[in-house]
Amino acid sequence: MTMMSIMKNDRPGLWLLAALLLASVMVPLLNLVVPQDSVFHLSTYTVTLLGKYLTYALLALAADLVWGYLGILSLGHGAFFALGGYAMGMYLMRQIGERGVYGDPVLPDFMVFLNWHELPWFWHGFDQFWFTALMIILVPGALAYVFGYLAFRSRVTGVYLSIITQAMTYALMLAFFRNEMGFGGNNGLTDFKDILGFDLRADSTRIGLFLASSIALAIAYVVSRYIVSSRLGLACVAIRDAESRSRFIGYRVENIKLWVFVFSAVIAGVAGALYVPQVGIINPGEFSPLNSIELIIWVAIGGRNTLYGAILGALLVNYAKTYFTAALPEIWLYALGALFVLVTLYLPRGIIGLRNLRGAKA
Amino acid sequence: MSESLMPVTVKKLLFAFICIFFFSGYAVTGFASDIELNEAWKTLSTKNYNKKAHAIEVISQQNPPQTYPAFKAMLEGQLYFSRSGRQLFLMQESDDNYTFTPLFDIDGQPVTRENKRGFKKVRINNRLRTLIRKSLAIIQLQNKDADIRLAALDELLKNPQPESAELVRPIMEKEQDARVLAAMHTLLAIMKLDSDDEREQAEAIATLSESLNTSSINALSNYHAPNKQLDKKVKAAIKKINDKRELYAKAETVFFGLSLGSVLALSAIGLAITFGVMGIINMAHGELMMIGAYTTYVVQLLMPNHIGLSIVVAIPAAFIVSGLVGIAIERSVIRHLYGRPLETLLATFGVSLILQQAVRSIFSPLNRSVETPQWMSGAWHINEVLALTWNRFYIIIFCLIVFVALIMVMKKTALGLQVRAVSQNRKMARAMGVRSEWVDALTFGLGSGIAGLAGVALSLLTNVGPNLGQAYIIDSFMVVVFGGVGNLWGTLVAGMSLGVINKVLEPWAGAVLAKIIVLIFIILFIQKRPKGLFPQRGRAAED
Amino acid sequence: MKSIQAIREFSRRDQVFDFLVQAQPPSLDLSHNIILYLEGLNKSFDGFKAINDLNLYIETGELRCIIGPNGAGKSTMMDMITGKTQPDSGQAWFGQKLNLLKMDEPEIAEAGIGRKFQKPTVFENLSVVQNLELAMAQDKRVWPLLTARLSGEQSALIDEVLEIIGLQELARGSAGKLSHGQKQWLEIGMLLMQKPALLLVDEPVAGMTHQEMERTAELLTSLAGKHSVIVVEHDMDFVRSIANKVTVLHQGSVLAEGTMTEVQNDPRVIEVYLGE
Repeated sequence: MTMMSIMKNDRPGLWLLAALLLASVMVPLLNLVVPQDSVFHLSTYTVTLLGKYLTYALLALAADLVWGYLGILSLGHGAFFALGGYAMGMYLMRQIGERGVYGDPVLPDFMVFLNWHELPWFWHGFDQFWFTALMIILVPGALAYVFGYLAFRSRVTGVYLSIITQAMTYALMLAFFRNEMGFGGNNGLTDFKDILGFDLRADSTRIGLFLASSIALAIAYVVSRYIVSSRLGLACVAIRDAESRSRFIGYRVENIKLWVFVFSAVIAGVAGALYVPQVGIINPGEFSPLNSIELIIWVAIGGRNTLYGAILGALLVNYAKTYFTAALPEIWLYALGALFVLVTLYLPRGIIGLRNLRGAKA
Repeated sequence: MSESLMPVTVKKLLFAFICIFFFSGYAVTGFASDIELNEAWKTLSTKNYNKKAHAIEVISQQNPPQTYPAFKAMLEGQLYFSRSGRQLFLMQESDDNYTFTPLFDIDGQPVTRENKRGFKKVRINNRLRTLIRKSLAIIQLQNKDADIRLAALDELLKNPQPESAELVRPIMEKEQDARVLAAMHTLLAIMKLDSDDEREQAEAIATLSESLNTSSINALSNYHAPNKQLDKKVKAAIKKINDKRELYAKAETVFFGLSLGSVLALSAIGLAITFGVMGIINMAHGELMMIGAYTTYVVQLLMPNHIGLSIVVAIPAAFIVSGLVGIAIERSVIRHLYGRPLETLLATFGVSLILQQAVRSIFSPLNRSVETPQWMSGAWHINEVLALTWNRFYIIIFCLIVFVALIMVMKKTALGLQVRAVSQNRKMARAMGVRSEWVDALTFGLGSGIAGLAGVALSLLTNVGPNLGQAYIIDSFMVVVFGGVGNLWGTLVAGMSLGVINKVLEPWAGAVLAKIIVLIFIILFIQKRPKGLFPQRGRAAED
Repeated sequence: MKSIQAIREFSRRDQVFDFLVQAQPPSLDLSHNIILYLEGLNKSFDGFKAINDLNLYIETGELRCIIGPNGAGKSTMMDMITGKTQPDSGQAWFGQKLNLLKMDEPEIAEAGIGRKFQKPTVFENLSVVQNLELAMAQDKRVWPLLTARLSGEQSALIDEVLEIIGLQELARGSAGKLSHGQKQWLEIGMLLMQKPALLLVDEPVAGMTHQEMERTAELLTSLAGKHSVIVVEHDMDFVRSIANKVTVLHQGSVLAEGTMTEVQNDPRVIEVYLGE
């Protein structure tokens, strides 16, 4: 099956790609061309917000790939997102150069503050974008590889796997909180100035980042769709539903899980890398187990095992979050908590499931 | 009859006479010494150091209640006298003013001034300083409180002088407290090291080798042995002391580890029931602990005058409150999700968010603190190196009691039997007439109630706040998974060993890194033994 | 001295390190006409001896039925052949060259042992065709799976198997909606797709109608010859209808072996089945 024929059979996917395309045309127009006093003008703040949602959608897509299709409920996907974000943050830090508060041409501000005199070895190379781009893929991928290799080979599954993924992100959070780690400790990395020579505060850069996020989401969606439609995707579902049966017909369950897990981690890393320049900060809080669980609820609300459901869920929940935290901050946690409970009780297939249910009845 | 009457009268007379003599004599001497004492206090505000020295001796011999604060203040340069009345004042300096409190007239109002005009410091020189120190030591050595006597001896041991030995020797016989006595022996032995007699030196070395004090080590290392034999003995003694100190330090680490471990085990035991026995991933477990902690806080608010009792009341209260909340969660949410562990994880996480926010709304997001009752503060000094704090000690005991009680409930009661039946084969148990719904609710309530008990323990160790539970939930899961799901003993052993490992790692890795190492260790451990330390065995556990 | 010996042992020229041996598994060697050797197998679970000094040989192309009361160790034996359970001691060889005890489940499956489970486990969320496609003998590594397309030959094979198992009509429907008997058939179909040299069939006719049972018997006998088949079954009529050689397991070891008539007349077998 070719990529084209796969997408032709994926109606919701086509809608999604169309919507992304539309957004990619309209958002720049409304922001840059429409005059500021017009009703239709889209503020740069909104553009950035939309861009952020898209990176969350990308993250949700990654989580759905392993949860929906492989049955791995990862409670540590936030870790891959954060690692990608830190890699990007390190690049942005190095770009600041002499414009930092202390004006050191090489050392980021927090290192000068900590009285360090040399750049730690793992900070070398991050002044180059190509190297950074490589690391955004390699670091989350390598962590997923090592973690997955150990876990899947030992046949750690289900709840146990979820709990140790959570322990992984928790351990990373504690580690990144330490100043000695060399990632800015508590405060993380911030005060970025520009990316690839473009001023991060400029409207056009923001639009560029939005477009990049949109394109990344589209590509990731198509590739993920290709994977789940391939025979590998069938094998994933087989493993999800009856792991030991798949072994008896000759599938190397641990290898299949490992590679899909690594791919998913890479997507999450890319999402993190796109997220950081848009929000302007990365700190250890991104590793918090809470974040990883929250992203699972995006997927659950949208409807897992569909890919587009995860994207829909991420956009909806985050829009709701933005709205509620501004309008009724007290209510938000109640609402989020209630969402968790209600979705698992009454909407096991998410919003997408609702539609399918109606379709089935009709 | 009459013969016997006579001597009684004589005896009475004699007795009365002696009494009069004695009391009058006492009154005379008392009066005389009062004058002398008054004179002595006055002398302190003069300039003559010799006279002052004499005055200090007089005061310390009589030791009126003011001696200790006055001498202490004098050493620190905080004893003043008024230029007008030559009265003594204790001076306290704060940011921008000075407060002068009269030494004698307790009811006299303290005076606060912006400067020290009108007051003059009681000056002392080095000779006086030594004298005062010595006097203070004597006073403290006679204090009724053994801890204060011990502190005084520690002070003396820091810089052992022949005179201090002289202070100690006369009061040694009366000393009852073993620790104080040991310290006295150490002090004397250090002095003996300087003796000319080699046999005495050997004796001293033998005595010192039994002590644990750092000053013993210092004294022994500074000691130049006159011959090889003694030199050997000294080295052996130093090694012996160091070894013992190390041993006790290790014991202390293990104690800290066990106390941390019992907190972990306490918070995990409830989880072991809901997770291990019922197959529910209860992410709201930490919040049930938080509810237990807040219950303690509220109970203490309700009975502010009985702090000690309030903790005792809080234990059943927390069990009931958390247990009821748990049953409510089970009835409303979890019962729809049996057999779908990942879904219970998500739903109960939602519940945990709601509970957290509810607590924020009710009690404010700020941390509250629970007052530690008198009987739980302080420490149990086993020797100079090893001191076990009572609150940690009680928590270990508490954890063990809860654990034993739980084992009893599971093994000996009808509920326990039914719980085990339902967890092994729900359908069969129902067929046998077990009301599984009722058992589920009660089991979950039991697990939640124990979380509440853990909350009581936690409230005494840390601040009570809405995030209290979150901090412990991951650790608790680690303990359960490490110990082997469905095995209560495994949970206890795992909790204790993780606590000890954590504390052993802490000194050279730091608290955070130690925790990270432990987490990584568990992650790797699960790879090696996916079923934990004590896996459930048999064919049933194979799938 | 010990270390010198260790070094000497280490550098012996007539030996090859395990890791230097090519990872390629040796192919199935049936030169002695015996496809499965089980010798002196033992396995106990918490003191319960599930398998006790079990010896069993299966000839190439043979159809062997294995019967025995509950707890005789039939399933445990299957688990050991397919790599799910490791025995405490003993040997298990597939042909002359393949040591089953050193292989894991996918390796054993790839080498040519297929298994149908007692409780039918098909992939319920996939369609019947997809179930067969997955079971098909093919390169099952990650990348080839990702790029694989169904060739004409493969489609033909799937159609053929669909016809054998009689599920053409339901081919595109989800496997979860099949009846119990149909799931049994699908499992057998999946076995056929694997083209194994040795089939392990655990209770193939449980929950089947009489008619279906006859068709299954027909199918299994037709498979023998091309493949070697081991059938574990409780239904004596069914066993009588297909078997020429029967093995009776009891308390983890072989109690009797021979034709159905021989076995039925064996006093020990009668005792085990009927009691005293």
